[in-house]
Amino acid sequence: MNDLPTDPGTDDGALLSVRGVDVGYRTGRRTHVTAVHDVSFDLHPGQSMALVGESGCGKTTLGLGLLRLLPRTGVIPSGEILFRRKDGTRVDVRTLQKENLRRFRWSEAAMVFQGAMNAFNPVLRIEDHFVDTFRAHENGRRRPRREILEQSAELLEMVRLDPARVLNAFPHELSGGMRQRSLIALALALRPQLLILDEPTTALDLLTQRSIVERLAELREQLRFSMVFITHDLGLAAELADRVGTMYAGRLIETGTTRDIFHRSRHPYTSALIDSVPPVAGDLHVPESLPGGPPSLHALPPGCSFAPRCAHALTDCDLTRPTLDVLVPRGEGLSHAAACLRSTDAEIHAEGVPR
Amino acid sequence: MIDRTFDTAHPEPVTVPGPQGDSPGHGETTEPVLTLKGAQQIFRTPRGDVPAVAGVDLEVRAGQVLCLVGESGCGKTTTARMAAALADPTAGSVLFRGKDVASMDRKERAAFRRSVQYIHQDPYASLNPVRTVYSTVSAGLRRHGMVKNHAEARRVTAELLERVDLTPAEDHLDKYPHQMSGGQRQRVAVARALAMNPEVIIADESTSMLDVSIRVSLLNTLGRLRDELGVGFLFITHDLAVAKYFAWRGEIAVMYLGKVVEQGTTPRVVNDPRHPYTEALVSAVSEPDPDLAHRKDRIRLREADIPDLTDLPPGCDFHPRCPLYAEGDCDSVRPPLVRSHDRLLACHVVTRG
Amino acid sequence: MAVTTASAPAAGVWGTIWQGITRSTSGFIGLCLVLGVLIFSFVGPLFVDPANPTDVTKIWGAPSAENWLGNNHEGKDTFTQLVLGGREPIWVGFVAALITVAIAVVLGAVAGYVRGRIDHFLLQVTDITMTVPFIVLMLVIASFYRTSSPLVVSFIIGLVTWPFLMRSIRAQVLSLKEREFIEAARLQDLGTARILFVEVLPNMAGYIFINFIIAITNAIYAVVGMYLLGLLPSTADNWGLMIQQAWDNNAFLLPQAAPFLIAPMVMIMLFQIGLVTMTRSLEQALNPRLRDR
Repeated sequence: MNDLPTDPGTDDGALLSVRGVDVGYRTGRRTHVTAVHDVSFDLHPGQSMALVGESGCGKTTLGLGLLRLLPRTGVIPSGEILFRRKDGTRVDVRTLQKENLRRFRWSEAAMVFQGAMNAFNPVLRIEDHFVDTFRAHENGRRRPRREILEQSAELLEMVRLDPARVLNAFPHELSGGMRQRSLIALALALRPQLLILDEPTTALDLLTQRSIVERLAELREQLRFSMVFITHDLGLAAELADRVGTMYAGRLIETGTTRDIFHRSRHPYTSALIDSVPPVAGDLHVPESLPGGPPSLHALPPGCSFAPRCAHALTDCDLTRPTLDVLVPRGEGLSHAAACLRSTDAEIHAEGVPR
Repeated sequence: MIDRTFDTAHPEPVTVPGPQGDSPGHGETTEPVLTLKGAQQIFRTPRGDVPAVAGVDLEVRAGQVLCLVGESGCGKTTTARMAAALADPTAGSVLFRGKDVASMDRKERAAFRRSVQYIHQDPYASLNPVRTVYSTVSAGLRRHGMVKNHAEARRVTAELLERVDLTPAEDHLDKYPHQMSGGQRQRVAVARALAMNPEVIIADESTSMLDVSIRVSLLNTLGRLRDELGVGFLFITHDLAVAKYFAWRGEIAVMYLGKVVEQGTTPRVVNDPRHPYTEALVSAVSEPDPDLAHRKDRIRLREADIPDLTDLPPGCDFHPRCPLYAEGDCDSVRPPLVRSHDRLLACHVVTRG
Repeated sequence: MAVTTASAPAAGVWGTIWQGITRSTSGFIGLCLVLGVLIFSFVGPLFVDPANPTDVTKIWGAPSAENWLGNNHEGKDTFTQLVLGGREPIWVGFVAALITVAIAVVLGAVAGYVRGRIDHFLLQVTDITMTVPFIVLMLVIASFYRTSSPLVVSFIIGLVTWPFLMRSIRAQVLSLKEREFIEAARLQDLGTARILFVEVLPNMAGYIFINFIIAITNAIYAVVGMYLLGLLPSTADNWGLMIQQAWDNNAFLLPQAAPFLIAPMVMIMLFQIGLVTMTRSLEQALNPRLRDR
C-alpha cells in the first residue's frame, strides 16, 4: 500500500531520497520541539555520506529518524523518506506500517549504534544475537541453527574476528573494539543496502578506531552498501566519506563532496569547524576557536541560525534565512550546496583559495 | 620559529618564555613541583593482580606541561590519581616540593591538597547539580578564609570566572550547572581548581568530552593559566592532536600497559616518533584532510587487540603487536627506559641502532 | 542531546517539586485533597463551637439541617467533632515523621559517609531498633505511662520507625560519595561536615521529602491504630478516638449512627490518598530515571 510506483520522472536511481523531513520530540502534552528542520538529500547506491556538526545539532536525531528508530517521544511530522528496496519498489519509510517497518529495518537498512555495549543484550551470547536476527527475518522456512551459525562465523571473519572465540562470548567479555566489530557484522547479516552508523568509533581507542575504519572501508568495497555515518570527528569524515553534510541547529547547511567540504567550504560554520581541529602531522598549526554554542532549539534566531556566532555575518543575515543553494551542480546528489547568504561572496572566499 | 607559531594562539603576548624558551622541556634549572618516583599501582582482583601502573618516574615543573598519552587501560588515569593523592601508590612515592606526600603531617598535607588540583573528565559529573556556580567556586575560598565576607567572595569568584573566560562573570555567578553548556561547565571546574591558587593542575581528559569547536578555546584558556600564572600541568589525554597543541613546548610521555615507553619533548615525539607504539599511534590518527588521509602511510600492527593486564606477555609488553619485533631480547627481556635519540625510550630494537 | 537539556527543569528542588505535583492531573488532585483536609482541620475549628456541648435529647440523632452528620452517643454534633478531630492526628503524623526523617538522615548520612567503626556501630543500633515490635512496645509504654500528650506519642512513633529509611539513606550516601563532584569537594579540602550536609544531602532532598510524606502517612495510621486498640487514653477530639468510640458503642449496628463511624475514616482516607497520589507524581518529577519517560 505504501509502495509508490517507480516514477521515471522523479526517480533518478537514488537509494534514499530524503525530502523536506522534520523530526521533533514531544516535550509535554501539547508542546514539542523540532530538532531537525526541512532536511533533503539524495543518497545513491555505494555512496558514503558523513553528517558532521557539534553535539545537539540534530545529526543523531536525523539518523534515527531515517529508520524510524526514534524514542517514543519522537515524531516525524512532515516530509518523505523514499527508499528503493532490493526488489526495485520504492517505499516511504515515514508511513511504513509496523510489520513492514520491522522487515525493512535490518534487511534493507541497518543501524550501528554509538554504545556497542547497550546495543547488545547483556545476558545473551553473541551467537544468540545472530540467531535472533536471522530468525526474525526469515520467511516461513525455519533454518537450522547450525546453518545460521556458519553464516554468522563468516560475517565475523569479515570483520576480522575469531568466530570460535566471539560467538560463544557474552558481550561484556569482549573489548570495546571487538563489540563494535561484532555489531557491524550483525548489522551486515542480512546484506542491507544502507548502513547508518552513529559515532561508530567515538568511545574507542586510536588503534582500535583505525582497525574499524579500515574494515569499514574494505567491507564497503566488497559488499557495495551505502553508508550514512554520524560523527563529530572530522578526521573520520575526511577518511571514510565521499560526501559530507554539515548540520547546524537542525538544518543541513552545507553539503558536497569531501573535497568540497574540506578544501572549498562555502559555509563559515563548516570552515570554522574544520579550522578548530588541530592536525597531528607537521609543525604546530594554531587552530581557530569557535566561540559560543549552537542556539537553543526553542529559540532559534529568525534569520540564519549561525549568524550570532558568525565572523562574516551581515545585518541581512539576522533577518533572512538562507536556503541551501547549489553552487556547483553535479549528478547523483554530489552537488556542492551551501545555505549562506555570502556563499558566493568573493570577499570571504578568495579566488581559488579555500580555508 | 616554533615559538612564533605558538604565540599567535594568544591575543596577548606570552609573558614567560622562561627556561622552556628554546630548549623545550629541558628546564631542569627549576625544581620539579610534583615528582612521581617509581610509582606503582597494583589492583588486587579475584582474577589476579592487575598492574595498572608498573612504576613510572615523572616530574611536573611550574609553568610547564607534561602530557601523558596512551590508550584506555594504559594507566594514565591511575597515574594522575596517584599524583593527586587520590590513590596511594602500592610502591614508590609521590613527592611534592621534594617531600614524600605519604609522610606529610596534617598541615603539609592540607597545603599539598590545595596546591595540586585535579580536573575531571566529565563536566556533567564533576559539578554539584544543586549548587550555583558562585557556591561551587567560592566554597574553598570561604572555607579556607581566603575571603573576608560575602561581597569579597563574590568579587573574587567573578574574577576567577573572568580568568577562565566566562564573561561577563555576573551572568554566570548564579547559574546552576544544568543551565550551562559542557564547555562552560568545564570552565567552572577550572575556576574552582584555580580558586585554590594551585601550583599544579592535573587535567584528566578534561577536554575529551567537549565539542571540537569548544575544545580549542578551553585549551587556550588553560594555556594562559600556564603562561601567565606559571601553573604546571599534568595533562592526560588520548588525543594526540590535543597533546601536541597543548604540550608543544612541554613534554609528552607515551604510556603502554602501565609503563612509559617513550618520553621526550613534544615536537620530537609527535613529529618524529621512535618507539614503534608511538609510531603506530601517530600513524593511526585520522587527519581532517581527505587528501592527506588517503596518502598517509599506516603502520600495520601484527595483532589488533591489546593484551590483558593480568596476563602480560614476557619481555617487552608490546612485542606481540610490534612491527619491529626481532628474535632475541624482545620476547624475553623487558626493555629499560633509556636515553636515546634525544629522548627516553624503552625498545630493544630502536635503542640498539 | 540538546533536546533533553533544553527541556530540563529551570528551577531548583522546590521548583521541581511544584512542577512535579502540578504537571499531572492526579498529582494536582492529590495536592487539592491534602490542602482541603488541612484547611478543614486547621481553619475549620475557627468556625465551630470548640466546646461542642452534649445534648442528651439528640443521642444517636440522624443527620439533619442543624446537625449535618447527626450526633454521637453523647449527643455531640458529629460534624463539629470531625472538624475538631483532625488537628491531633495530623500534628502527630507530622512531628513523628519529622523525628523519623531527622534521625534517619543524620545517622544514615554519617554511617554512609564516614564508614568504618562508626558505620558498623550505627548499623547494629539500626538492626536492633528494627527488630523491636512496635505494637508490643506501645502496649508496654501505654501500661506504664498513661500518655496523653500527642507530642509524646509522636516521639515514640518517631523513635521506632527510622531504621528502614536510615538504611536506604545510607545506601544513597554510599553511592553519592563516589560521585566526582564529591571528590572535587574533597580535593578542595572542604571538611567532612560541610561536604556531607552541603554537598551530599541536598542532592537527596527530593528523596528525603518523599520519604517524609510517606512517614506522615505511616505515623497517622499508627496513631489511629493505637486509639483503635485503646492504647491511648481518650482525651480531646480526635479522628482515631471517634472511630474507637463508635466501635465501643456499637455504632455499626445503628444506621443513623453510620456518619459517626464513617466520617472520620473518610477524612483519614482522603488525606492519605491525597498524600500518596501527590507523592507518586513527585517521585516521577524527582527521580531522574522516571522523569524522562
